[in-house]
Amino acid sequence: MTKTDRLVKDCFNRHALRSALAMFICIGLITGCNDMYDSSRIKPLEKNSFFTDGSSARIAPEGTVARGRAVNDDLLSTGRVNGRLADTFPFTITDSVMARGRDRFTTFCTPCHGRLGDGGGMIVQRGFPRPNSFHTDSLRERPAGYFFDVMTNGFGRMYSYAPSVPVEDRWAIVAYIRALQLSQRAEASTLSNEDRTKLFRLAQ
Amino acid sequence: MAQIFHPSMRVISRASIIVVFLLVGFVGWVSWDMYRSGYFTDVNVPKEQPIPFSHEHHVNGLGISCGYCHTSVEKSAFAGIPPTHTCMTCHSQIWTGAPMLEPVRASYRTQRPLEWNRVHDLPDFAYFNHSIHVKKGMSCQVCHGNVNMMPLVWKQSTLQMAWCLDCHRQPEKFIRPVEEIYNFEYRPPQDQIAFGKELVKKYDVKTKQLTDCSICHR
Repeated sequence: MTKTDRLVKDCFNRHALRSALAMFICIGLITGCNDMYDSSRIKPLEKNSFFTDGSSARIAPEGTVARGRAVNDDLLSTGRVNGRLADTFPFTITDSVMARGRDRFTTFCTPCHGRLGDGGGMIVQRGFPRPNSFHTDSLRERPAGYFFDVMTNGFGRMYSYAPSVPVEDRWAIVAYIRALQLSQRAEASTLSNEDRTKLFRLAQ
Repeated sequence: MAQIFHPSMRVISRASIIVVFLLVGFVGWVSWDMYRSGYFTDVNVPKEQPIPFSHEHHVNGLGISCGYCHTSVEKSAFAGIPPTHTCMTCHSQIWTGAPMLEPVRASYRTQRPLEWNRVHDLPDFAYFNHSIHVKKGMSCQVCHGNVNMMPLVWKQSTLQMAWCLDCHRQPEKFIRPVEEIYNFEYRPPQDQIAFGKELVKKYDVKTKQLTDCSICHR
């Protein structure tokens, strides 16, 4: 073998070996290394072994209030004034509050109470005990704070909706329930001409 | 100096060059397709869950809105997985003895949350916030598909960057009125692009920023 032969052979071997090795490492890095995909940052509700129950989300200790969640307004947060259910709203009811109330009512209440609030929702049709209709004298006479209180603390078989519906939204729903109650008892003569014709057209 | 290669190597070397190119092309093509296939992205693959919770039944069958359970979708980056309390709101009265729901009842009794398997797992280097999308007229359906028809949920979208950019470059293709975001029956109008452009303007979608790197990689 000449000197050149050996040089070429050596070079080829070493180079090929190295490239092959480098390539394998690269492939390994691309496929095996997903650290940036899944960093040590914890996503909401992600599993984590730091606490014994394996949950990264912690329950707030008893008697504490989360930052920004403190409500110092009794009426707003409990529906009561001086311990008695109030018949006033903690804020002015505007068109946008009403729209919000309808939207939230449709989402959270219609499954049982139905679109009209008569208690004939889909879940009731599937076997849930029928709730009272909102259109009874006794419920019409209840103060606004009563509805807020029921949503907040539950009533009978109804669980509390406090975890799902923030206080402002609960009040918006109360406003919408009031509108629903009115809608089932309103005198046609109190409507505007336009609304009355619309109503009669629908009734026919 | 002696010749290193025998003349017959000429054919082999040429052939090998072609073969190498073909091979590289083939491997490239296969990996490109693999990367976009359901095998890699989990698209269209229903995910097993500890309880076979059916969105089809609850949304399509019973008409429960997305927001009933995913309560934080309007306010936070995370749409929220309902606590067992939410399940028990109905299931304390309905299907109370069903063996299928035993894990739910056990969770309620023991105060240990149910451990669902995540279906949509975005890489940690991509930032995503549900609330802004929902507020600007991006429907759940656009990204999650017809969840109301999924007995077990699967991913409908790859969540790959190209897919995100498809909308971030032209939000008018997918945007809809905010009142319709939870509506699975919504059909876009014939002139979606013109209508979409109007909505983009109305909701003040900052189209110029949408393709900035820092919008998603922060």
